[in-house]
Amino acid sequence: MDETVTQYRIGETRLFGKPLERLEDFALVRGRGRFVGDLSLARQLHMRIVRSPFAHADLRAVDASAARAMEGVVAVWTAGDIADLPPIDFRDAAGEALRPYRQPLLAHGRVRYVGEPVAAVFAIDPAIAEDAAELVLIEADERETLLDATAAPGEFSAGHDTEALVMRADYGGIEQVLAAADVVIELDVQIGRHSGVPLEPRGAIGQYDAGRDVLCLWGAAKVPHRNRDALAKALGRDQAGIELHELHTGGGFGIRGELYPEDFLVLVAAMRLDRPVKWIEDRREHLMAANHSRQQRHRVRAGFSKDGELLGIDDDFFVDQGAYVRTHGARVPDMTIGMIPGPYRCPAFRAVCHFRLTNKTPAATYRAPGRFEGSFVRERVMDAAAARLGIDPVELRRRNLITAAEMPFARPMKTLGTNIIYDSGDYPRLLDAALARFGWRQAQADAAARRLAGEPVGLGLAIFVEKGGIGPRDCARVTIDPGGAVELVTGGASVGQGFETAMAQICAEPLGVDYRRVRVVHGQTERIAYGVGAHASRATVMTGSATNAAALAVRAKALRVAGQLLQARPEELDIVAGAVVRRAAPDLPVMGLGAIAAALAPDSATLGDERPGLSAEEWFTTEHMTYPYGLHLAQVAIEPDTGRVVVERFLIAYDVGRAVNPMLIEGQLVGGFAQGLGGSLFEEFRYDARGEPLSVTFADYLLPSASEVPAVEILLTQDAPSPLNPLGIKGAGEGGITAVGAALATAIDDALERPGLVTRLPVTPQMVLAWRRQTAS
Amino acid sequence: MQKIPVRLRVNGELHDLIVEPRRTLADALREECGLTGTHLGCEHGICGACTILLDGAPARGCLIFAVQAEGMDIRTVESLATGARAHPLQEAFVRHHALQCGYCTPGFLMLLVGGLERDPDLDAEGLRELVSSNLCRCTGYQNILAAAADYAAQLRAARGA
Repeated sequence: MDETVTQYRIGETRLFGKPLERLEDFALVRGRGRFVGDLSLARQLHMRIVRSPFAHADLRAVDASAARAMEGVVAVWTAGDIADLPPIDFRDAAGEALRPYRQPLLAHGRVRYVGEPVAAVFAIDPAIAEDAAELVLIEADERETLLDATAAPGEFSAGHDTEALVMRADYGGIEQVLAAADVVIELDVQIGRHSGVPLEPRGAIGQYDAGRDVLCLWGAAKVPHRNRDALAKALGRDQAGIELHELHTGGGFGIRGELYPEDFLVLVAAMRLDRPVKWIEDRREHLMAANHSRQQRHRVRAGFSKDGELLGIDDDFFVDQGAYVRTHGARVPDMTIGMIPGPYRCPAFRAVCHFRLTNKTPAATYRAPGRFEGSFVRERVMDAAAARLGIDPVELRRRNLITAAEMPFARPMKTLGTNIIYDSGDYPRLLDAALARFGWRQAQADAAARRLAGEPVGLGLAIFVEKGGIGPRDCARVTIDPGGAVELVTGGASVGQGFETAMAQICAEPLGVDYRRVRVVHGQTERIAYGVGAHASRATVMTGSATNAAALAVRAKALRVAGQLLQARPEELDIVAGAVVRRAAPDLPVMGLGAIAAALAPDSATLGDERPGLSAEEWFTTEHMTYPYGLHLAQVAIEPDTGRVVVERFLIAYDVGRAVNPMLIEGQLVGGFAQGLGGSLFEEFRYDARGEPLSVTFADYLLPSASEVPAVEILLTQDAPSPLNPLGIKGAGEGGITAVGAALATAIDDALERPGLVTRLPVTPQMVLAWRRQTAS
Repeated sequence: MQKIPVRLRVNGELHDLIVEPRRTLADALREECGLTGTHLGCEHGICGACTILLDGAPARGCLIFAVQAEGMDIRTVESLATGARAHPLQEAFVRHHALQCGYCTPGFLMLLVGGLERDPDLDAEGLRELVSSNLCRCTGYQNILAAAADYAAQLRAARGA
């Protein structure tokens, strides 16, 4: 590597780590964003999906004749019209065992959840499409519904029952450990069914560009490159023959940007009907068709020594996957298993996960998948042990925390195909810092005093480990034009998290330019060969590290070329405010980066032996994930008459390794908390006994409003930079949500002075009132 | 379905449209007037992403038909900035990081502009109640409230000056 590159130290920060305003905001506050619903193409048709009204039924006939006859309707498709297309595949390799459970684009033979696509109507106007969809008659023989993943499995299809997979992990000889333990805790806990529910409904536009023989998908999100590859495979096209274009995305949270039946249908229809096809869902559709998440039931046992050492966890649990296995395969159970032990040593562990199908909307990842669930289970165990052993819950946790001296900490397990090796961390230090910031002891005394006065107030604390930065690699290309403007091309994606700003900061830092001069390209598959998109707290680590490498390479080239032109050694030069300076006279610009780019033009007389262009494309490679970690501390009060749980205080302490832009991270954490609050107290997809979804409007599926979300306190630390990437960053998208359910459960127990009371989420006012009646009687 | 003519005054400009009677105002603004800053999040009046001002009052664009809005003064998010110069509330949103994905933002901006025009003396609790009219899925509201308080303070200062 060039000497000037190694001399450059990130510690000399000008942009990195600063809470800079976002590049994204200029257009968005003006209403000038371009979301997929805002885009219209000439001659476009509008698609409306006819959805199953049955939770489980054999289709006898789908009669679309009346719909087809309607003026303005161009086509109505049922399964037979697209029989040549395969069901939706898994994006990553998944076991053979899961293949029978993939979802077809349109149901054939049997429908398995209310909301399942049965037919697609294409019309010249969205209202006509919707009117026509109501004329499609579905005749079916209803079957018995299966709505409980812990009940005996039923038949999914001939030869396949509804237990799609049983996943296992096992280390440390759990049976012997539990047999020898002083105390064994047994719990049965449940996490409710809820999901990301971004405010922008899903949408997509398919367009076939016959002039170039390219099929375009507008409104792509999350993982455009990998979705491009999956679409190419399913549709039998070459990868360059499909382009995915990300527009503005109104929230992602894991569920947006997955490939759903509708994404395939608009593309296929664009080709076969030879017109652009636009599809925008309504909210009711979203709540019954986009990925659900979370619902799990854990029957867990844990052994402890009498002085509170966690000896082992044995967890037998059930995942309610809903009606089909979607693009993620079995990722959620995999991550649940991998992260259950969390921040504790836990020398023995066994998990058996029953990955089961039911007659509900299919499920997949939602922000902190597996960790929200696993943290609830694990922290409930720790609280139960503390109560049983008479040890202070904080002290019990402290005794089991992995210490800084034990880092890197390898757990004899894998998740997402990688060995679990916590890269760095000082958990006890963050615990102390968080308790001090919260004023824990004083808050405990105050809460006790209020309880004595008859006011149900309680505190809760939960500790967790997150994960981010999964590899193996990503790339980025940085180019400076003769005007001195910087273009950063990535395969990343923006779901509203501030991707452009964070990448511009990382890119501008070594280049010595204003971050506002960096144009960040993302989500355009034709612009760069590869990209990891935005998921799993991965973008900043992977794309950021690749960006850093590319920017450093451009810096090195700029200084080398400037050195030749100025007859100076590169190490005597620096870049300040977009111009090369001599380090001896940093205030005197000698040569602008634009002039260097001009000198490197392909037809430049001064090009010499240099490769043309002030540009570099670099890759970043890593074998292991990063593991940020944190704590959630909660104080709640319960309104005696209504059963409402009021969150009075909430502190998130989180160590992200290094913060690129702390303002953005705090935004991620507070936003994550609000979603966690929803899943803990308000949000739940409920079904009646026949499998009819009951939560299909925002009046039934309750997102927290400003009245429910308290001011959140943030303690953002950078004590444990990751050794796995040059920037030391770990990712920060998920730590706001991870242990919200766990911390609130403990606080509610404490307020009602009944340890172990909360065994399921969400905790509704009805549940709280019932508990209070029990206590009274 | 039969279409009927309607004349809308939007951001001071007249639009002569021909729409179905069932066309919502939000759809008409987006599709017929080309003003796509008004967003649709639920189309049943709860999320408030489509909040606009009707004769100065914040209203859900999805809950009123275009034909009902004839004769009203309609203001959308596109009316706030003047050229490159943003509205002070827009600037406050940027400064306080009050948006992430930005989908709900136009609705919150119109809600707060209209709410504070009607009641410039809203205190923190009043602002929280106003902000709780709309839904945001990204920010947790903290920074929206901070931006709102900042703008309200600017209004009070300007009035006192």
